Amino acid sequence: MQGVKEKALALLQSGTVDRVLGWKAGEFFYDLTPAVFTTAEEIENDFVWSAFSAANLSKYLIQESRKGGKVGVFLKPCDSYSFVQLLKEHRILRDHVYVVGVQCDGMCDIDKIRAAGCKGVTAVTEDGDRLRVTTLTGEKTVNKQDVLLGRCTVCKSKKIVEFDELLGEQGEELTSARFDEVAKLEAMTPEERYAFWRGELSRCIRCNACRNVCPACSCEKCVFDNHDLGTDNKAAADSFEEDFFHIIRAFHVAARCTDCGECSRVCPQHIPLHLLNRKFIKDINELYGVYQAGADMDTKPPLMNFTKDDCEPSVVYERGGAKA
Amino acid sequence: MKKLPIAKLPKLFAAISGEKTLYIPAQDASGVSKFTVWQEGMTLSPALNTVRSAKDLFFPQVENLMGFKVTGKQIELLEERDVTAPFVLFGVRACDCRSFDVLDRVFLAEPVDTYYQTRRENGTVVTMACTEPEETCFCGAFGIDAADPAGDVTCWMDGENLYWRANTEKGEALTAALTCLAEGGDDAVAAQQAQTRAVMQKLPLHDLDLSKFGAGKTKEFFARPEWKQLSESCLGCGTCTFVCPTCQCYDIQEFDNGKTVRRFRCWDSCMYSDFTKMSAGQPRPTQLERFRQRFMHKLVYYPENNDGLYSCVGCGRCLQKCPIHMNIAKVIRTLGEEAK
Amino acid sequence: MKNDPLIPNIGVVTKIRVDTPDVKTFRVVGLDGKKPFEHIPGQCAMLSVPGVGEALFSITSSPTEEEFVEFSIKKCGCVTQWLHQMEQGQQITLRGPYGNGFPVDTAFAGKDLLFIAGGIGLAPLHSVINYCRHYRDRYGKIDIVYGSRSKEDLVDFQEILDVWCREDGINVHLTIDREQPEWDGHVGFVPNYVKELGFTTDKTVVMCGPPIMIKFTLAGLMELGFARTQVYTTMELKMKCALGKCGRCNIGSKYVCKDGPVFRFDQLDELPNEY
Repeated sequence: MQGVKEKALALLQSGTVDRVLGWKAGEFFYDLTPAVFTTAEEIENDFVWSAFSAANLSKYLIQESRKGGKVGVFLKPCDSYSFVQLLKEHRILRDHVYVVGVQCDGMCDIDKIRAAGCKGVTAVTEDGDRLRVTTLTGEKTVNKQDVLLGRCTVCKSKKIVEFDELLGEQGEELTSARFDEVAKLEAMTPEERYAFWRGELSRCIRCNACRNVCPACSCEKCVFDNHDLGTDNKAAADSFEEDFFHIIRAFHVAARCTDCGECSRVCPQHIPLHLLNRKFIKDINELYGVYQAGADMDTKPPLMNFTKDDCEPSVVYERGGAKA
Repeated sequence: MKKLPIAKLPKLFAAISGEKTLYIPAQDASGVSKFTVWQEGMTLSPALNTVRSAKDLFFPQVENLMGFKVTGKQIELLEERDVTAPFVLFGVRACDCRSFDVLDRVFLAEPVDTYYQTRRENGTVVTMACTEPEETCFCGAFGIDAADPAGDVTCWMDGENLYWRANTEKGEALTAALTCLAEGGDDAVAAQQAQTRAVMQKLPLHDLDLSKFGAGKTKEFFARPEWKQLSESCLGCGTCTFVCPTCQCYDIQEFDNGKTVRRFRCWDSCMYSDFTKMSAGQPRPTQLERFRQRFMHKLVYYPENNDGLYSCVGCGRCLQKCPIHMNIAKVIRTLGEEAK
Repeated sequence: MKNDPLIPNIGVVTKIRVDTPDVKTFRVVGLDGKKPFEHIPGQCAMLSVPGVGEALFSITSSPTEEEFVEFSIKKCGCVTQWLHQMEQGQQITLRGPYGNGFPVDTAFAGKDLLFIAGGIGLAPLHSVINYCRHYRDRYGKIDIVYGSRSKEDLVDFQEILDVWCREDGINVHLTIDREQPEWDGHVGFVPNYVKELGFTTDKTVVMCGPPIMIKFTLAGLMELGFARTQVYTTMELKMKCALGKCGRCNIGSKYVCKDGPVFRFDQLDELPNEY
């Protein structure tokens, strides 16, 4: 996608926005930091749109839209779902934001590039569906598909659901295989599944990166930080309790999680946290009808919309799965 | 110098394991590297370093301090200290090894923290020289030689052999118990060191300039306007802190199981909003102050109290793991290069 | 049980005195019935109630008190609320003393002293005032300015009236924020009162109270011609270990638990303004 940086510059120079929220260059080609750009010079020097502009900027708009003036923001298709969900929850002041939707063909995972045997990576150039990786000791070529972020390999939609302006073509919802991973977990015996999650969650260092990056976790004060309530919990009293942090968090964001995949992207321990949320999404789809959080402003979230026909989940599953 | 053919590594591990509990960097089922108790069949992780640093072994994330039994108005103290047995920590990189010096100056300073002290006394550190650093490595900026790490024993590895040099009495004692080691290897090590040092010179961060930081620089750096922009998108999570080998702040908490109360300590992060929050007030009200504290501590406050030693070893974990890719290298670049 | 600075001793609360509607003073002895430790005025100790938590408190009693230590504690958080509802005979844990304390035998020696306190800020000064009273001949004149919201909120009011006010060479100046019946003393805020009293600048000043009082009183003292090197205060930040290790009570490179809590204002000027 060409022209993203130019668009950022134009928005600022035309006075359409007072500042631009985008991705800022780092020490390397991949370590981009979400940043607010206020001058053309800053944009010229540091604004980067690349296969490493993975960070979902929508959550920053909770604060940014309240700082006065108008903020321009670039949202990828998946980011736009988070944006709409936050709008739906009245967390972002829409009038203070100018959204540029950017089409995206998948973001890369530097850890996967490293895991593909590239040590000391210094540069990457895209060459069709291949990536040429320069390292301290030479050059290597990898398939882009093999080093995409996990979430991008099962992209659910190329549709940008909310924007003031679009860069590139509007896309469509995709038939995604994203629930296959959940189905695999469902196919396990309870013992196997328990062992799987204990194995994964045992690596948790309770850094809260998943929670703090999550657009659905926008509480002013998280229950896990609330000392006055006695529910603050910086460390596990035992491992069972530790696992529950993630499960409780998954419950809290159920039917609000858009499956943006930021939790798994930022987890320093590579815990597939998105699978907990995705399991909930799959269940909701099966029990209450297909629902995509953040897809639009109007559809009522199934967990906040009681109808007489709602099924009783435990009963449904006892009877053998899908809703009658 | 002693050596051992690579093929005999399992034999070496078995021999060490016969003496003491042996930890090696190994990958778990999901491919994540961690210091793990060695068992028959376990091999060294191909990763340059573990995600969690080696500080875990001396300063674990959660550790029992003591217990209490409360009966009516009476309190009884209970011994709940985790028992630590002698262990060998194999495969520690030069950066993590330096981090023990940084931690020692905190925990072994008077009054001595005996929990940490016991683990330090029980631990024999076997380091492993680096040959293929990552682009995120910058231990050289702190005067650390990745080709010649410290530790009780230093090891090097090439395609054929493991080379082994005892540095301390503890290291000699361990070496004496390992009959599988043969003499030799000085030339091979020297050659590898020269090669590694040449690679280290090519690292993108090898020229990171720390000269502007250090003791007595509080006034220069504390009020710098760049902190705002540097901290702007910080999520306030604890990833940098928890993967950092030198971060040592802790919290003390209690767990009441209804019968007894267990008092434990756990890692804490100055990046967390409640770190300094009191019922009476909050001296670091926004993420800017918290973010600034972390870096001022590593680059100015700690050196001020510790003969100029920085509380960073350039391991690069925060560079790799920060969700927003903000890190100490960027802070050093931004503040250091623009320092008048 | 293996010893460690983090492992506390058991203490017994032998007496609880209600000072104000939200301040109580707790007398603590060791399990052997004796004073649990020796301290310097201005030092603190960690008190805890297992299952509730641990917190740092100023030691209110003077080191010259041979039988026990005392803590005047205001009800404001979890631990203090629990302490306030306990009864005599309750065991608590304590460890300490911690911190540097006031330079009673060096910088204060031979000096005229001016103590200024607001509200519960008297607690840390109580120890040093009584120490100086005990060794009366080592110090010059003593002035005490103490203010609170109301008469009921003056900590140790009875002791102040019955003991401090009656001693030669000690001038006590009390004030409350607003007029109230049965109060014929001064009415007004501490900073203004200090300026009204117009002390001579040959005194060494020790000040403790809420931040807003400290700020304006210090400004007033500067107006009167005092130097920042003459004025001491005692700081409070969140603490967990009190050993200079857990990392949260620092102001710049100084740890309040270890390098403080007592600082001179010229020393604080050297530190970042983050307290």
